[in-house]
Amino acid sequence: MSETPVKVVVDLSKPKGQRESIIELTAEEIAEREVMAAEAEAQQVIDDAAVAARADAKASANDKLAALGLSAEEIAAITGA
Amino acid sequence: MKKELIERIEVGSGGAASIEFTGIPQDGKDLLVLVSGRGGGTGETSVNARLNEDGTNANYSGLDLVGNGSSVASATDYPFPRAVMNDGNTTANTFGNVSFYISNYTSGSYKSVSTTGVMENNATASSQTLHASTWNNTDAVTSLQIQSSRSGFVEHSTASLYRVVAE
Repeated sequence: MSETPVKVVVDLSKPKGQRESIIELTAEEIAEREVMAAEAEAQQVIDDAAVAARADAKASANDKLAALGLSAEEIAAITGA
Repeated sequence: MKKELIERIEVGSGGAASIEFTGIPQDGKDLLVLVSGRGGGTGETSVNARLNEDGTNANYSGLDLVGNGSSVASATDYPFPRAVMNDGNTTANTFGNVSFYISNYTSGSYKSVSTTGVMENNATASSQTLHASTWNNTDAVTSLQIQSSRSGFVEHSTASLYRVVAE
């Protein structure tokens, strides 16, 4: 990536061959991108935690079913795993 | 219905933060954008679409369904059209595919957008995304901003804009 991020702007009101411009982002746009990246990072943490929680809950449920005497095949049959 | 290519853009050396189509012709029924993209950073990266430069999340409603190779999750955390794409952690030189379909883009109704995306990765972790959304605005769509959620698009990423017209 170049030092100052750029965007490709395609003005479709112009004839082909004259449409594309490479424009450096403004300070405001760079700030928006940083916010978006921070939001993506925060959301990934939330998503990863949710996936881990579901995996933990599934493992716990399977353990409890096994403790009741169900075989692995029986557990798979009722959980669809 | 048939689709006609309006423009195809390939990101050049150095990459780009976003690709923006402006002055979209108003003579089609629907719009289709096909993106072949790879993010320049590491960590989950998505291709996001904004209509008419509207970056306010509250103006969109959306439902997300993502499978990542080992689990599936749905969420309403992403109201704007989006799909997970390749990032720097995926197999080198591979790109993800994302399509945005915008129905009735010149109408005076809210605009519905269906988004699908697949990541290419030679590993268990490889995401597929289905996303349904609306842009809660009655304006005709005259511009589209295709963004990477972080670190922009690498060189050779492409975006192709089609209009769908009646035959």
